[in-house]
Amino acid sequence: MSRLALYRMLVLAAAVLLLELLCYVGIIDRLTMPPPHRIAYDLVVILRSGSQNAAILKTLSNASIALGSALVVGVAVAVVLHGLRAVRETLDPLFATYYAVPIFAFYPLLIVLLGLGDAPQIMIGFMLGVVAVIVNTLNGLDRVPRVLRKTARIQRLGAAETALTVTLPYAAPYVLTGAKFAVAYSLIGIIGAEFIMSRGGMGYEISFAYTNFDNATMYPLILLILLVSITINSALSWWEKILLARRGQ
Amino acid sequence: MNADTIKSARNAAVLIAALLALWQLLYWFAGETAIKPPLTTFRYTLSLVTSDAFWPHLSESMRAFAAALAIAVGVGLALGFWLGFHRLSGQVFEPMLVALYSIPKITLYPILLLAFGLGMPAKIAFGAIHGIIPVALFTINAVRNVKPILIKTGRVLGLGPAAMVRSILFPAALPEIFTGLRVGFSLTLIGTLLGEMFAAQRGLGYLLMTAIGLHNVDLIMAVTLLLFLFAASVSTALLAIDHRLHRFG
Repeated sequence: MSRLALYRMLVLAAAVLLLELLCYVGIIDRLTMPPPHRIAYDLVVILRSGSQNAAILKTLSNASIALGSALVVGVAVAVVLHGLRAVRETLDPLFATYYAVPIFAFYPLLIVLLGLGDAPQIMIGFMLGVVAVIVNTLNGLDRVPRVLRKTARIQRLGAAETALTVTLPYAAPYVLTGAKFAVAYSLIGIIGAEFIMSRGGMGYEISFAYTNFDNATMYPLILLILLVSITINSALSWWEKILLARRGQ
Repeated sequence: MNADTIKSARNAAVLIAALLALWQLLYWFAGETAIKPPLTTFRYTLSLVTSDAFWPHLSESMRAFAAALAIAVGVGLALGFWLGFHRLSGQVFEPMLVALYSIPKITLYPILLLAFGLGMPAKIAFGAIHGIIPVALFTINAVRNVKPILIKTGRVLGLGPAAMVRSILFPAALPEIFTGLRVGFSLTLIGTLLGEMFAAQRGLGYLLMTAIGLHNVDLIMAVTLLLFLFAASVSTALLAIDHRLHRFG
C-alpha cells in the first residue's frame, strides 16, 4: 500500500515538475500560466494578506449551506421515494436526464423568485447536489438485506425509526458516495452562479481576475478551490473506507 | 407491446404531465417577468427553430459536442482498458482519477480559455474533460470484473493486446462500459454547453448566456426546453439500451 502511495507521489511530482519545466522553457508562456511554485507562493501571499478572505468565506459558507440542505433533503426524499415504488419508477428517467440539463439556465428565474442576495446561488448549488444524494441513497437503500427490515418490523419500529436506526446506517457508504458528488456539485453551482452574475465570492473574483489578466490572483484561487474539494473528498473516502472495513468488506 | 413497454409509456406520460403542471403552477406563482407558461414557450420555441438565425448556433453546438464526445469516449475507453487490465497502473492512477472526477471542473474554464483561446477548441476541451473520467472509471471497473477464465482463454490462444481488447475484454465488459458511456454522454453535453456559456461567440450555450444577460425570458425558456428535450430523448434511449444489455449480459 505504501509503495503505491509512493508511486502516486512520484507521478504527481513528475507532473508538477513537467509543468514547471514547460513554463521555464517558455512553451507555456507567462500570460497563459505562471509556473506552479509561483502559484503556490501567490496563494500563500493572498491568504496571508487576507485580501480575498471575504470572497473565500462567502463562497465556502454558501457552498456548505447548499451541501447541508442537499444532504438533508436528499436523504429524506430518498427514504420517502424508496417506499413509493410507482413514483420512483416515474421519476427515474428524470434523474437519468437531470445532469445533462444546464441548471444554470434557471438562475435568472431564481433571482426573480429569491432576490439578488446569496439565496439564488445557494439554490443552484442545492439543486445540483440534491439529485446525486437522492440517487445514491436510493441505491444504498436497495441493498439493505431483507433480514434487517424484518428485524425492524419485529422490533415494531415506526417508519422514521426504521430509517434512522436500521436502513440509513446500512446505506451510509452509499450516502457518502452521494455526499462526495454533492460536495463537487454544490461548489460547481455556487462558483458557476458567481461567474454568471454576482457581486462577490471566489467565482466572481476569478472571472474578474481573468478579464484583467491578473494571473497572480486567478491561479491561486483556482488552486485553493481544487485543494478544498480534494481534501473534503479524501476525508469522505477515508470515512467510507472505515465504514466498509467495519463490515469486513 | 408487452406489459413493460405499456408501463414505461404510462410512466413517461405521467412524468411529462406532472412536469407541465408544475411549470404552469410556477408561472402562476412567479409571474411573467420570471418565467413563461408552457404554451407560450412552445409557440416561441417553434418560431425559434423555424428562424434562420437559430441553425448556425445549433450546428455549432452539435459539432462541438460530437467532437468532445468522440474525444471523451476514445480517451476514456483507452485509459479504462489500460488501467483496468494493467493492475499496477490501475492501482496507482485510479484514485487520482477519482480525485480529478470530484473537482469542480467549472473553475478550470479560465485556464482552458487562456490555453485554447475563445472558440471551438476551448468548448471541445471543456466538454471532453467532463466526459473522459466517468467513461474511464466505468471501463476500469468493467474490465476488472471480466471473468478471469475469459482472459486466460485469450492468453492461451496467444492474443495480442489489440485482439484481446477487441474479441474478449470489450464484448465481456460491454454492459458496464455502456453505463459509463451513458453517464459520459450527459456530462460531456453539460460540459460543452457550460464551455459555450462562458467561452464562445456561437452555439446554444452562448445563446442561453446572452438571453440571461438580456433577461430575454422567452429565449431562456425556449433554449432550455430544447436542450432538455434533446438530453431527455437521448438519455432515455441510452437508458433503455443499458437495461437491455444488463438483462441479457
